[in-house]
Amino acid sequence: MTGSCDFSIETAADGATTLALSGAMLVGTVGPVDRALRAAQVACDRVDIAAVGDIDTVGAWVVWRLARDAGATITGASDHAARLIAAVRGCDSDAPIVPILPGVWTRVPATIGQVVVELAVGMVGTVAFFGAMLVSVWGVVGHPRRIRMTALVRQMELVGVDALAIVGLMSFLVGIVIAQQGAVQLQQFGAQIYTVNLTGRLALRELGILMTAIMVAGRSGSAFAAQIGTMKLTEEIDAMRTIGVSPMEALVLPRVVATVLMMPLLGCYAALFAILGGATISAFTLDIPFWNFLARVQEVVPLSDLWVGLVKGPVFGLIVAMTGCYQGMQVSGNSEDVGLRTTLAVVQAIFMVIVLDAFFAVFFTKVGWV
Amino acid sequence: MTEVTPAIVIEGLENRFGDHVVHHDLSLTVRRGEIIGVVGGSGTGKSVLMRAIIGLQQPSAGRITVLGQAMDAPPMRGDVDIRSRWGVLFQGGALFSTLTVAENVEVPLKEFYPDMEPALRHEIARYKVMLSGLPAEAAAKYPSELSGGMRKRAGLARALALDPELLFLDEPTAGLDPIGAAAFDHLTRELHETLGLTVFLITHDLDTLHEICDRVAVLADGHVIAVGTIPELMASDHPWIHEYFDGPRGRAAAAAQDRQHARLDSSAQTKA
Repeated sequence: MTGSCDFSIETAADGATTLALSGAMLVGTVGPVDRALRAAQVACDRVDIAAVGDIDTVGAWVVWRLARDAGATITGASDHAARLIAAVRGCDSDAPIVPILPGVWTRVPATIGQVVVELAVGMVGTVAFFGAMLVSVWGVVGHPRRIRMTALVRQMELVGVDALAIVGLMSFLVGIVIAQQGAVQLQQFGAQIYTVNLTGRLALRELGILMTAIMVAGRSGSAFAAQIGTMKLTEEIDAMRTIGVSPMEALVLPRVVATVLMMPLLGCYAALFAILGGATISAFTLDIPFWNFLARVQEVVPLSDLWVGLVKGPVFGLIVAMTGCYQGMQVSGNSEDVGLRTTLAVVQAIFMVIVLDAFFAVFFTKVGWV
Repeated sequence: MTEVTPAIVIEGLENRFGDHVVHHDLSLTVRRGEIIGVVGGSGTGKSVLMRAIIGLQQPSAGRITVLGQAMDAPPMRGDVDIRSRWGVLFQGGALFSTLTVAENVEVPLKEFYPDMEPALRHEIARYKVMLSGLPAEAAAKYPSELSGGMRKRAGLARALALDPELLFLDEPTAGLDPIGAAAFDHLTRELHETLGLTVFLITHDLDTLHEICDRVAVLADGHVIAVGTIPELMASDHPWIHEYFDGPRGRAAAAAQDRQHARLDSSAQTKA
């Protein structure tokens, strides 16, 4: 494994040139000589390797390629070298090492077309998935003993109880930010008392449920996609089907129902913590005592705000859970797809939640719940 | 001429996971240039042994020396990285799924010889792919587009990327059909002869053991209970060894090898 490789070019009396290689021709030593010979484009009639010591297949390949390109003969090869050269000689190819891609003018329209088709197929797929889920809900309603209580309770724990700490903390901090920033603006009109209205109504109507939906999409929606996707890869889902267990009933329904049930509760809890956050910061910076803030919330926030939040909860939960499960079921091929589908589940869920939230905002204003 | 150092020397190796002792006082010497098969029941720590040798698993006790280099000692300045002197084929191929087969082969080359001309690296990748018995077009394929047998060969091409002296194969024929398995055995033997490789082979395949292994090491009760050629092992009286090689499958594999030898002999006689 020591010694470097070198070369020299000799011209004999009869005009034949010989490229004489010497030293160790190994994967670690042959690089500089290869580069020099490539640059020099040596023409020769013979490649002499009598002075070559250690040689491996990379060295043999370089010798063979030089001889092939120059149309030269190889002389002075030891038994070992001759065997290696014979082995690599049979492995000569100029096949591409990466797939050949079509030009950018073909690729861009092709990709756009593909995305559009996938979008359409995805929409149909989601609607079909929703339909299949309703059918299995109907089946379970007819036979209540088929409800998987253990799985349902377990999922409720994972989606709801385990999220309490992070959702609470997040909402508390958001409440602080809203109250503090709102107060700064309202102070200019001497109306900082309206900070209570701002925080209380915003938390119950919008922020509590929206932030919770985003958090649940990131925590649970992604987990659903990854779990179900991995089960799909390991053929667990196929195994279920052959045994006669419906994956819809065993995997999807408990997750979706658990999320639908937990979302309004979590949203309510989040709104509560946001108000507490607002009250805390107000007590410190606005001279509104903590309990006064809470008492004032009762006076200025109409009950309809709570209903607005609570109505949105199950809908958002349904979207988040269904997107997660749907993307999980779409996994095929390899583990890379699991990651891709998980990302897609979260992105789609959050996007749809925000779109629907805008729709709800207009809707509730029109029906008079302002 | 100095005495040739053995390829692998393991002395008093102990591996434990918590309370669970996998290996206890395990010793084994692998000679240069041999194909050694490692057998043992499921859960006897064959893969753990391989992982310990190649440094993926820190042993609890014992010494491992590979190609004259102690694995627990920090490498000396100027020493060629020991990892460039061995190649490993993992059970599932363990190919990098985002790279093509040729790019997979180029990874170790890039890592250890970054100065190498890219053109030479591409050439090396191409001929290694073919040397491993894959068609030339397979170089541009992604691992997910390959069958199980082709994936193993692609993994072998990557293991051979740096022209190693020592090759580790973890169950190379598991999951292959009999024709594919026989072809892989043949390839291993051929590469062993052409490149002068030392091969450390973990297998359950009795045909492989009969066909290509020079010696077989039997792992049981946390250490190597016997090492030798198959006839030598049969001469011992350990019940597990007898059950393994003398069971219905073992006898079938032995008979198959006898038949093949007989066929080769007879064809040689006809030619003469």
